[in-house]
Order: sequence, then C-alpha cells, then structure tokens
Amino acid sequence: MNAILAITVAEFRIALRNRWVAISIAMMAVFSLVLAGAGSAPTGTLGADRLSVTVASLTSLAVYLVPLVALLMSFDAIAGEVERGTLPLMLTYPLGRFEILLGKFIAHLIILSLAVAIGYGLAAGAAIWADPRASAGFPAMFRLFWTSLLLGAAFVAIGYAISAFARRPGAAAGLAIALWLVMIVLYDLGLLAAVVADDGGRFTTDVFPWLLVGNPADAFRLYNLAASDATAAAAGIGAAAHTIPPAHALASILLWPLAGLGLAVLAFRKVTP
Amino acid sequence: MPNLTLSQLTKTFGATRALREVSFTVAPGERIALLGHNGAGKSTLMKIVLGLIPYDSGRVEVLGAAPGDRAARRQVAYLPENVAFHPALTGLEQIRTYLRLRGEPVRAAMGLLERVGLAEAAKRRIGTYSKGMRQRVGLAQALIGHPRLLVLDEPTSGLDPVSRRDFYATLDGLAAEGASILLSSHALTEVEARTDRIVILSRGAMVANAALAELRRQAALPILMQVRTTEAAADQVAASLGGARFNGATVMLSCAPDQKLARLGQVTALGDMVEDVEVIPPSLEDLYTHFSKQVQP
Repeated sequence: MNAILAITVAEFRIALRNRWVAISIAMMAVFSLVLAGAGSAPTGTLGADRLSVTVASLTSLAVYLVPLVALLMSFDAIAGEVERGTLPLMLTYPLGRFEILLGKFIAHLIILSLAVAIGYGLAAGAAIWADPRASAGFPAMFRLFWTSLLLGAAFVAIGYAISAFARRPGAAAGLAIALWLVMIVLYDLGLLAAVVADDGGRFTTDVFPWLLVGNPADAFRLYNLAASDATAAAAGIGAAAHTIPPAHALASILLWPLAGLGLAVLAFRKVTP
Repeated sequence: MPNLTLSQLTKTFGATRALREVSFTVAPGERIALLGHNGAGKSTLMKIVLGLIPYDSGRVEVLGAAPGDRAARRQVAYLPENVAFHPALTGLEQIRTYLRLRGEPVRAAMGLLERVGLAEAAKRRIGTYSKGMRQRVGLAQALIGHPRLLVLDEPTSGLDPVSRRDFYATLDGLAAEGASILLSSHALTEVEARTDRIVILSRGAMVANAALAELRRQAALPILMQVRTTEAAADQVAASLGGARFNGATVMLSCAPDQKLARLGQVTALGDMVEDVEVIPPSLEDLYTHFSKQVQP
C-alpha cells in the first residue's frame, strides 16, 4: 500500500511540474464557463431550472473533453518510462506491475477529479448565481460529477494499455488520438449511418442498443440523459436513452475502468525492460 | 549458502547466444568483478539475476529464491548502466520515493544523498544534474536498506577519481557487513584492487573465474624486466642476458613466471653494469586479453 502511494505521490508531483494539473483544470474550467454562459438561451422555453440545463450542456461537453484529458494524461505512463530508461530500475523494486499502474492511476484520477470539480463547480456557481431555483439541479450535477470520473477512469486505463502496447511515446500519442476520434466522434456517426441504412430492422432493435451501451462514452451520455427529462430534451439521442435501461448504461461505465485496467496490466506484462 | 548461484545459465536472443552455460556463485561478503567486452553478456547476466528478463535453461538462485521473486527483490539493489530518473523530480524527492517503495523511513533520504556527496543539490531537479550526479543518485538508491546482494552495472562511470575511491570504500563497508557485490566495469585498474574475484565473460561464455593472483598463475604470461645499465655496458648486458636494447641504456627481458628468481639472479650477477631493475608483472589488461581470446564464436 505504501509503495502504491509512493508512485501516486511522485506521479502527482510530476504532473504538477509538467503543468498537466494546470492544463487539465484550465481546459475544464474554460469550456464549462463558456457552456454556462451559452446555456442561458433555452431556460425560458423548457421551464427547467438553470442548473439542470447547465448539466445537460456539460454532459455533451464531458463526453468529448473528459476522455481527451484522460488520454492526454495517460498515454505517456509506460511508454515514457521505457523511453527515459527509468523502467528497469523501477521493476527491480519489490512491487508488482499492477501496483505501479495503480499508483499512477490514483494520481491521474485525483488530477481529473480536481479538473472536473473545478470546471463543473464554476458552471454550477454561475447557474446558481443567475437562477435561485437552480438548487433543484444538484442531484443531476452530482451524478454528472461521479459518472464523469468513471468515464475518465475508463480512458485513463485504456490510455495505459495503449502506452504499454505502443512502447514509444510518439506512437502512443498517435494511437491515443486515433482512439479518441474513433470512440468519441466516429463511433456515433457510424452507428447513426447504420441505423439509417437499416431503416428500423433487426439491427436497430437488437444490435444497436448493445453497441451504444458498449461504448463507455455513449453509456455515460445515456445514463445522464435517462435520469433527467430536461437533458433528454436538450440532446439528440433522447429516444435511444429510453429504450436502454439506465442500469445497463451504469454497468457499462462501472465495468469499463476495470476492463481498461485489466487490458493495461496484460499489455504491461508483455513489456520487457 | 551463497547469496547468488548461477548454474549452466544459458540465454539466446534469436540466433545469438548471449550466455552459454555460465556457472558461478557469489558468497556473502564477496566482491565479484564481471568483465567482458561490450556485448559479452554482462548486462544480460545482470538482468537475468534481477528477474528483468527470462532465461532459457540452467538454474539461477538469488538469496534462496527465484530471480525477480518479491522476496529476492526486497534484498537486491540494482544500479543500471546509464541510470535515468524523471527530470521533473528533485534528487531528494526521487530518493524519498525509492525509500517508500522499499518500506524504509523517508527521513533517511538526506543522509543517503550526503553519503554520495549530493546534499547541496538535493533540492534541485534531476533534469539539471550532470551525468556524474545522476550516477550518484543511482548509487544512493542502491544503498537503501540493507541489500544482501548489490548488482552494479558500470557503477563508477561518470565519477571523478575521488568519488570512485569513496564509492569503493562504501562497497567495502557493505561487504564487511555480509553483502555480496557483483559489479561490471571497464576500468580494470580500479577493479584490480577492489574486488575479491574476477569473472570474465567472452561471447557469452565464462572464460575465467578466480582471484587475480590465481588468474596470473593460470595464464602464466611472461613477466617483463626492465634493466637499466650504464651507457657503456648496454650492449654487453643485452648480449649476456639475451634481451633487447631500448632507448640507449635500457634492456628489456621477458621470462616465464617460474623463472623470475633465476633471471633476477643473472641480472644481479652482472654487478656494477646494472644500475636498476624493474619487474613488471602482467597487467589485468594483459590477463583480460589472454582469457578473452580463448573462445571461438
């Protein structure tokens, strides 16, 4: 336990010095504030409180931004150690490869939760300042916070797997960006195209919901949408959100961090110093 | 029981035989120098002992456990060749991290850095360190706790002569407490005085494993004698001793080790014609070359 903590402390300090903590917080804060400002328009028409509307906007933002920040933090985790030549010595210390990963994982999660908490906090503050009824949106905001962390955890873990698989930071960075594009941007477009082509056939009813819930980013969106009518109205895949039980979406975002860590450990075991 | 046992250790990388049936042991308190050309298998052997890479056949036992076993790792310290650290951490932070990883109190960090002469730079980032300073951070981490086996790959590269002497004095202290030391080096002269036994690897095979005196005896390399004569007698001395004349008044002789005394007797018998005589035993470089070229590819 002490050994895992030692890795966490060192990793957090490195992220602090490399400005990764500052960059993550700044990214989340700036985008959240922009959304909080832009989110004022639909308030009157929907009749929802200001914070619930902000949560809806933040959900769409988090789907893009949280995985990106998570991958940017994690792609160097193992490839960087290999490149710097720090890995052989580390592996002669009495701790397992899983513990090394876990130590880094905790540090990266702390940074991510700082960034998400500050970003969302600013947006929530702005909503409450503008609308006294906004406290009704607190449960939705809290749900968004912890599901964002799970989403981030999934992509941090996947980032480690990529890092161990690629073994060179350059290749790992490329793979991480490619993965982000495929899973966050192209995946939904592909599914949409498939649904349109299928025109209400077996794919749309039987396969599509599983594919949707199988992607952690979509599961994250579904779970947050399903829990709130206001957000469903504000987002495009509201209909899909009602055909998939929220429990399935929740299971997906709970399982992905574990699956990602499993993959990362398997890939890391294959790295010979 | 030895702290390290290698028996018929064999390792191949593709078609290259990196280690061929290498067998030796290291007893508690013993200091072993591992010598060999680049690519002779020194680093490979060390990495196998540390459990970093697998081996093909043979047996390796590290402090009664398999190499890389957690029980073994707890008591083995390693200093890699060209040791590296994250440039964003300070020396002190890095050593504290390593102390925590070994379950030792972090307050020992400053003492360790003082021991390797880095106390003043302790709070500077390692990114600003010179190669020699990084090497000393590496030494400091190898001294953490009470390792029973130290595996040191080129430990003195980048160190100045005074630091080298301090470093070997530290090793002597550890060995006196019962730690085994396996170190590789290219600086043969410093190894000569500071180790108990020398193991020479050549193309992956062990070609020598003995104390320096024993290696000298085995090799039976000729001993050189440098006889300084008076200017006038140089030719006469060269003729009577059967040596070659150099630089005017010097005659060079060579003889087998067992003829040394007889040869010296001949020299002293020449009386006043000889001003001085110097006996030059084969150097470790000569021994190293002698043993290294025994192996065919």
